[in-house]
Amino acid sequence: MGSTLSTLDPYSIPIEKIDVSNPALFQDDTVGSFFKRLREEDPVHFCSDSKVGPFWSITKFNDIVDVDSNHAAFSSDASNGGVALENRMRRNFIAMDPPKHDEQRKAVSPIVAPPNLRNLEGLIRERTAAVLDDLPRGTEFDWVKRVSIDLTTKMLATLFDFPYEERHLLTEWSDISVTVPIESDVERERLLRPCYDYFGKLWTERQKQPPKADLLSMLAHSDAAKRMDVAEFNGNVLLLIVGGNDTTRNTMTASILAMHQNPGELEKLRKNPELIPSMVSETIRWQTPLSHMRRTATADVWLRGKHIRKGDKIAMWYLSGNRDDEYIERADEYIIDRKNVRQHLSFGFGIHRCVGNRLAELQLKILWEELLKRNMTIEVLGPPVRTYSNFIHGYESLPVKVSS
Amino acid sequence: MPRVVYVQPTGTQQEVELAVGSTVMSGALANDISGIDGDCGGQCACGTCHVYVAEEWVGRVGGAGERESEMLMFAAAVQPNSRLGCQITIERDLEGLTVHLPDGQH
Ligand code: HEM
Ligand code: FES
Repeated sequence: MGSTLSTLDPYSIPIEKIDVSNPALFQDDTVGSFFKRLREEDPVHFCSDSKVGPFWSITKFNDIVDVDSNHAAFSSDASNGGVALENRMRRNFIAMDPPKHDEQRKAVSPIVAPPNLRNLEGLIRERTAAVLDDLPRGTEFDWVKRVSIDLTTKMLATLFDFPYEERHLLTEWSDISVTVPIESDVERERLLRPCYDYFGKLWTERQKQPPKADLLSMLAHSDAAKRMDVAEFNGNVLLLIVGGNDTTRNTMTASILAMHQNPGELEKLRKNPELIPSMVSETIRWQTPLSHMRRTATADVWLRGKHIRKGDKIAMWYLSGNRDDEYIERADEYIIDRKNVRQHLSFGFGIHRCVGNRLAELQLKILWEELLKRNMTIEVLGPPVRTYSNFIHGYESLPVKVSS
Repeated sequence: MPRVVYVQPTGTQQEVELAVGSTVMSGALANDISGIDGDCGGQCACGTCHVYVAEEWVGRVGGAGERESEMLMFAAAVQPNSRLGCQITIERDLEGLTVHLPDGQH
């Protein structure tokens, strides 16, 4: 299926037939040319028929900012269908509208705010260093499994102060909630039962102990959490696991791939390691780990002359907006020292803007500081396998070798 | 051009002249003043240009607008004198305006 699509010329089909929700276009990395055509010819685009039903695509940078900022007209609420084109019901605050969203976000936000992150930095660095020191030299291995997954799992365990030896459970639960195909939401909830039980136990424990810097302890001692019911608590724990898992993992892989494709940028970075924070932002833009967020119109709205009706599904394609050269100069290129490098869409905007963005940036920064410190050269030996998804924009594997 | 003073959490002060019509956020970015990120480019959609307006200026600068208050709600360590720098436009009568920077943007 993927191979026939990749030979399809996006300009050869009638524009109304374009369906950018087709996961195969992401897997074979051809969706970019479809987005390009939409940005040029029909930036607010209606697809009347797709596997996810009829939906609108918003493809230009500024239009996305406008929709993302307008939570009154564009709902995130799970009762309207939530935040992904494929309906996914889960009770957590990414899929809630105000005022409920605001209260719960306020409870979680300080946990991943700069002062608390400073307390966690040392431990994150230690564990990153250990993973790198353990890598084989001169033989091929899969960067995704060996580094990106291992490292993000260890980080999650660190952040939650989750029993370290059982940390593989975190990846398992995260996969069950987003990536693994499962027949029904009822079945998914059944598979997640052990996760809820485990965290329920930890929560009670942390509540009894004095407050600590880990996310769970902070949540257990917060005022808003005391008012959450069990389903909401579980939903929010999962949100923190999932939010920081695939996204950070795929950015780690992306950084290796981007440097491989742009050796001049790696040279720049080696000569000037002070560019690391800027390079981290550029990698997050270049990758755009979440291709879209979905909204549902709560009223009739006109956008660029198009009539969006109450109840319509809308996808804000961050992946497209981040390649909009009307907003970002030379948007297709990877330039680690570009001007206004932080001005990208990958974290979203408005009241739902990613609450974990500082944490994600910190993890990436530490990874690259430790890589450069060791003067490690990661050689990419073949093309990556990409994820079959219109939501998670990432990699299943990337063969590499450490050559120094 | 009005002079604006930025005070870092460490107490270090930086004084710059800003054109009328620019903002406290854009002025910081243009003058490499650290501590303000401005991730949305001034569209009141990211909250990473959080500043504290010096007490003696609060009356003149005024309070936050509706959408601004919404974004501020999620900034770290919000105080009654918190504002978003991109929503404070430099005018002639703001000569000497002083803003304090928070301990990190979130
Ligand atoms: C590079 C890594 C990451 C990317 C690209 C990313 C992206 C996003 C995006 C696009 C949104 C929705 C924004 C919107 O609807 O406007 C979001 C929300 C969220 N993210 Fe992240 N994220 C990342 C890392 C993390 C991490 C590490 C955490 C864990 C602490 C996290 C936790 C959350 C939460 C809790 C929300 C919901 C916020 C709300 O609804 O108010 N994310 N993220
Ligand atoms: S620059 Fe984004 S809110 Fe001010």
